[in-house]
Amino acid sequence: MTKEEVRAAILEILSDIAPDEDLSSIDDDKKLREQFNLDSMDFLDIVMELRKRYNLEVPEKDYEHLVTLSSCVSYLQPLLKNRQLVG
Amino acid sequence: MFYDALIIGAGLSGLATGIRLAMFDLKVCIVEKHTEIGGLNSFYKRKGRIFDVGLHAMTNYAPKGTRSTPLGTLLKQLRFRHDDFRLCQQQISEIRFPDKSLRFTNDFEFFAQEVRDRFPGQTDGFQKLLKHIREFDELSLDDRAAISARRILENYLSDPLLIDMILCPLMFYGSAREDDMDFYQFVIMFKSVFMEGLAKPQGGMRHILNLLAEKYKSLGGELRTGQAVASIDTRQGAFRSLTLSGGETLGAERAISSIGYVETLRLCQPSVAPEDPEAIGRISFIESLFVVDRQPKELGFDRSIVFYSAGPRFRYRVPAEPVDTTSGILCCANNFDYPEPLPEGLIRLTNLANPGQWDRFQRKEYIEAKKEWRGRALEKLRKFLPDFRESVVFLDTFTPKTIFKYTGHINGAVYGSPQKIKNGVTPIQNLFICGTDQGFLGIVGATLSGISMANLHVLKGL
Repeated sequence: MTKEEVRAAILEILSDIAPDEDLSSIDDDKKLREQFNLDSMDFLDIVMELRKRYNLEVPEKDYEHLVTLSSCVSYLQPLLKNRQLVG
Repeated sequence: MFYDALIIGAGLSGLATGIRLAMFDLKVCIVEKHTEIGGLNSFYKRKGRIFDVGLHAMTNYAPKGTRSTPLGTLLKQLRFRHDDFRLCQQQISEIRFPDKSLRFTNDFEFFAQEVRDRFPGQTDGFQKLLKHIREFDELSLDDRAAISARRILENYLSDPLLIDMILCPLMFYGSAREDDMDFYQFVIMFKSVFMEGLAKPQGGMRHILNLLAEKYKSLGGELRTGQAVASIDTRQGAFRSLTLSGGETLGAERAISSIGYVETLRLCQPSVAPEDPEAIGRISFIESLFVVDRQPKELGFDRSIVFYSAGPRFRYRVPAEPVDTTSGILCCANNFDYPEPLPEGLIRLTNLANPGQWDRFQRKEYIEAKKEWRGRALEKLRKFLPDFRESVVFLDTFTPKTIFKYTGHINGAVYGSPQKIKNGVTPIQNLFICGTDQGFLGIVGATLSGISMANLHVLKGL
């Protein structure tokens, strides 16, 4: 996956997790937690979705990389570069 | 057949647990004793009408777009839109005592102003109480020693009438304990009733339950209704399987039970340590539904809900007689902001009841007693509110006995055990509880309970 594809994949996860949120105005460098008021339960969902969709395990110590959309992309792109949607 | 998780009970908490697990591709099955889903918050049909069981209103109302509220969390975790729930807000409710009344709406400032107007001497203490409530983390899953809500209220407020008036609706809507509440429960209820607010789903509980059940099934979850669990089979203190009343055995990695803590342990084979009698809930209610031939407003009922006490002190305890008519809740379903007015007037009256008394009545006596106590409760109510008896076209009454029959909760105790197990852990490994006895109450609370237990005990460990 390219950087752009990883970004799109994360946005898709976010739109599934928070269906009432408007993601079109997302600021890639602002904390997701603050922009959409995501809490630890939501981050659990992001991690669970990555696992479900891309068979990717994010260890708990790496949750700190999932802060902004751009930090998610930088962390996940190397891990996802050879992966595709499962099934 | 071997499952990742089995869930006992298809009420709100069981369905929510199921949705969370099925969402992440776990193989899940919910086993429900009854043919209808819903448990304590269900619905039933009589003569072509559909009535909710027990639901006056949903607490925890939060408008669309409000974040970090229990309702917001529930919607996100189960991936619903706010609009899906079709919530219609209350108009105005009231806490009515002999000499004073406090009104409240879904705008908290309105209630705070009422308190200042009616209890000017308590303003300062009330502000400090609010600060304490706002800063308290009531949703922590850590089990802490019980703190008496009354004691904390007494620290801030010197007028026992105000304390009773604040406690009245909160106890009625969620206390499994007599005369007092654990402070964390008090905070949950205070926020959910006063700071957030009341609403009813258009289409009633059936609408909410169908939404959950449809989502659960669409995610691949299996739902077996009309099948009771005969035993929870354990080996060396760990969960192994469920045996259904028909004889079938379902094996699973783990089980989550929503049927109550003591109720769950009673099903365990081999049996677990003897239960603590203090853990058995006793608070139950009698409820009558009155369909009236006009809008309740035309009869003089302009409140969404009235929580009343006929005496100056509010007593929340199991009455010696079958019903405590000195206090109660009166709910007018019509006085919620539905997009279209409801086709018929519906008034619901709820009073504390003594489960043992109702259990002892033989069939004929039981029917007589329902009629008699309904009449007595209405007679008492007349001192507070307009008499609507002439306008009733249909009525139905259910008692603690009915609640026990349909939910299996010992004593028909709608709020379950006074001892909550916040982390959901039982003495049996891989057997957890969710729902009423986990400690989050109400429609939103029960659903969040299922979500939290699924996250804590299953998803986080994957």
